[in-house]
Amino acid sequence: MNQPTNTFTPHPGAAPLARQVLAQASMESRLMLRNGEQLLLAVVIPVIVLIGAVTAADHLDLGLSHRPIDEFTPGVLALAVMSTAFTSLAIATGFERRYGVIKRLGSSPLPRSGLLLGKVGALLLVELLQIAIISGVALALDWQPHASLLAALLAIVLGTAAFASLGLFVAGVMRAEATLAAANLVYLLLLAGGAVVLPISAYGAFGDVVRWLPSGALGSAMRASLIDGAVAWRDLAVLTVWAVLGTVLTARTFKWE
Amino acid sequence: MPTPVSSSPAVAVDGLVMRYGEKVAVDGLDLVVDRNTITAVLGPNGAGKTTTLETCEGYRRAQQGSVSVLGLDPQRQRRDLLPRIGVMLQDGGAWSGVRAMEMLRHISRLHADPLDVDVLGERLGLGDCGRTPYRRLSGGQQQRLKLAMAIVGRPELVFVDEPTAGMDPAGRRTTWELLEQLRRDGVTVVLTTHHMDEAERLADRIHIIDRGRMIASGTPLELTRGGSSTIRLVVTKPFPEGAPDSLGQALGHHLEVTTISDVSLLITGPADSTTLATVSAWCEQQGVLPESLNLGQRTLEDTFLEITGRELS
Repeated sequence: MNQPTNTFTPHPGAAPLARQVLAQASMESRLMLRNGEQLLLAVVIPVIVLIGAVTAADHLDLGLSHRPIDEFTPGVLALAVMSTAFTSLAIATGFERRYGVIKRLGSSPLPRSGLLLGKVGALLLVELLQIAIISGVALALDWQPHASLLAALLAIVLGTAAFASLGLFVAGVMRAEATLAAANLVYLLLLAGGAVVLPISAYGAFGDVVRWLPSGALGSAMRASLIDGAVAWRDLAVLTVWAVLGTVLTARTFKWE
Repeated sequence: MPTPVSSSPAVAVDGLVMRYGEKVAVDGLDLVVDRNTITAVLGPNGAGKTTTLETCEGYRRAQQGSVSVLGLDPQRQRRDLLPRIGVMLQDGGAWSGVRAMEMLRHISRLHADPLDVDVLGERLGLGDCGRTPYRRLSGGQQQRLKLAMAIVGRPELVFVDEPTAGMDPAGRRTTWELLEQLRRDGVTVVLTTHHMDEAERLADRIHIIDRGRMIASGTPLELTRGGSSTIRLVVTKPFPEGAPDSLGQALGHHLEVTTISDVSLLITGPADSTTLATVSAWCEQQGVLPESLNLGQRTLEDTFLEITGRELS
């Protein structure tokens, strides 16, 4: 009874950082996909929006210059990126602060940079899944993209950076419930009036304002890349500015606990 | 395989002062924890236990004084220190939707050479609730999971904050046995608690903290004065003026009488049933009615009561 058992003999050490980041990314993406509301936001709403918009365009004249499915699919992909990088990330991080998860991980071998990389990894994984599903539905609706994959990839990466930094900013300064409300509200407002699904041209004079929003810039950049196969440099620059702004704000204000 | 002997103590806190605004949480605390021991930091809620622990864990910067853990500065050498320590926080620490064993496995993957997750889970009775989401675990199951998370990385030193809070008696026993086995295998354990029985049963050394200061420190035997007897007397209405002195005279000089409140006294020394008879005779003479009169081994509770005049919990 009083003899050492050697079961717990100390042998401490951190796993290699890459392995830690991988573990964190896989854990976080699993938790995101397990959550019903988040899945609704990530996949179900974008698919409904896509089908709804295409159906509506058959009955309404929206002044589109391309076939509705070709015009809307890039925007719905942008919406999916926004929902994951901004809304899901903000809500998840808000509750991680509330439940002391971030605090607990703060005393594990995982450094803060590893935690951030893990979150980015989880976002990209979930986005990949969203893109696969939404593209599948769009192709079934006879989507005929004229795509520059590189341009689309640039738009997705910069859009993710912009929205994720803003999402972390919100989650880092607000309480979990306030974050939940704010993140959903912003998502709805940008969905309706942020030129993410509908092209800038549909907003008339207001278009000069929304093109500077991260939603408008991401939507336009996705449309440029998947309709015209072009790189929308100005929109990508707008996304970069938002990403820098969000990162600076987050770095200055984020509280881990 | 014995742990490599190192000259530095596991924890050395020297003159630590921590304030939250105006409130002083830790007020010039000195604390040394030797390796391969179980050390209990005992004190009422708000005594400064958690703040002290969190400073050792690198969560807070020492405002005054210094803190060294395994010979390292918990703030400046945080990255070197963290893999070597295990931490069990008092509140939270897991996603609400994560399954119990999934959480444990995740923490294990952050370490180089973790314990076998399934064996550890079984040992702590988490086998039955391994697939249960964290939010639906009982308080005791959550505590045991958090303890498992603290030790899965095979640390040299673990900080456990109130490890048995909310546990049933069986859970407490499992936890105690585990902590004792950790010490046998060469792990240093620092625990906070406000249960005296826990500290008395487990600890090699006990530090009693009150209002951010160390008020007593020693082995359980030292702090209970070799297990001498005490009598606690509680009466139904306040004692008359000068009661402690008159009772002291009635009992003789080998027994010590301490006032706890106007209806309660503590008698310390070699007490027996004759002493009890003397006390009850004295009560009758003073015209007070005993509500309870308990003869027992001196406990840490009595030590705390004597120093602070307040109950520990």
